[in-house]
Amino acid sequence: MSLGKVFNIAGSGMSAQSLRLNTTASNMANAQSVSSSVDQTYRARKAVFAPMLENYKQGEIGNPVTSFDPRDSAGEGVMVRGIVESDAPLQRRFEPDHPAANEEGYVFYPNVNVVEEMADMLSASRSYQTNVEVMNTAKQMMQRVLTLGQ
Amino acid sequence: MSAISFKNALGIHPDALRVRSERSEILANNIANVDTPGFKARDLDFKGILKGEYESRQRMELERTNARHIPAQAVTEESALKYRIPTQPAVDGNTVEADIEQAKYARNALEFQSSFTFLNSKFKGLSKALRSE
Repeated sequence: MSLGKVFNIAGSGMSAQSLRLNTTASNMANAQSVSSSVDQTYRARKAVFAPMLENYKQGEIGNPVTSFDPRDSAGEGVMVRGIVESDAPLQRRFEPDHPAANEEGYVFYPNVNVVEEMADMLSASRSYQTNVEVMNTAKQMMQRVLTLGQ
Repeated sequence: MSAISFKNALGIHPDALRVRSERSEILANNIANVDTPGFKARDLDFKGILKGEYESRQRMELERTNARHIPAQAVTEESALKYRIPTQPAVDGNTVEADIEQAKYARNALEFQSSFTFLNSKFKGLSKALRSE
């Protein structure tokens, strides 16, 4: 019965989305973390997702055990391939009175776009919710099968 | 008189139940990858499976006229897993449409339930026939 795999798939989706929510929270919390040099300023972080099947194709892990040919298997869910920092330009502001200002009187603000982060947060939480629903439905289907013949 | 064969008694319903549960896996995978760049949504070709179009796929072998011939298997025609044609693909190459996938998943769960009900009633019928009262 491949219904058990739905739990793994939805679980991988939930963990990936909650990690995305984590990066969003970190970005929002650090949206105003100023610094006096370009190198030390916080940069917006984004999670990059990849289907788990990609690993199998690249031979990092052995072939998945499914009811299908490995070539056309349904996939094993989603994973976070990595977290990248945004290379959008930092905001440089002239604030000579700021305690973190450099010699020329500039401070650097992170390249976090708060509106974009809010939208990202909504999208992540909605996707998380969807995965929970998927898992719930699979649970009901399994419970139904257990009543077979009763 | 032959013994009761489960295959004859239950008909298509066990297979239908299995296909539905495999399909739920595929649709769940689509939904989990809703934010993955470049991911292409897939689905089972149910009509094709029903016609048995993919049954012969596994058995494609070269004929061996001598015992010392090396067995060779051809890899093969199509698979029952097809890529979905999106109505509106995302800019990053993702073709999962969350609402459509969700609707299909819900419908698949209902179809699973109906297949299960049919199967269950087959079993109920069998046990009724076996009882002596």
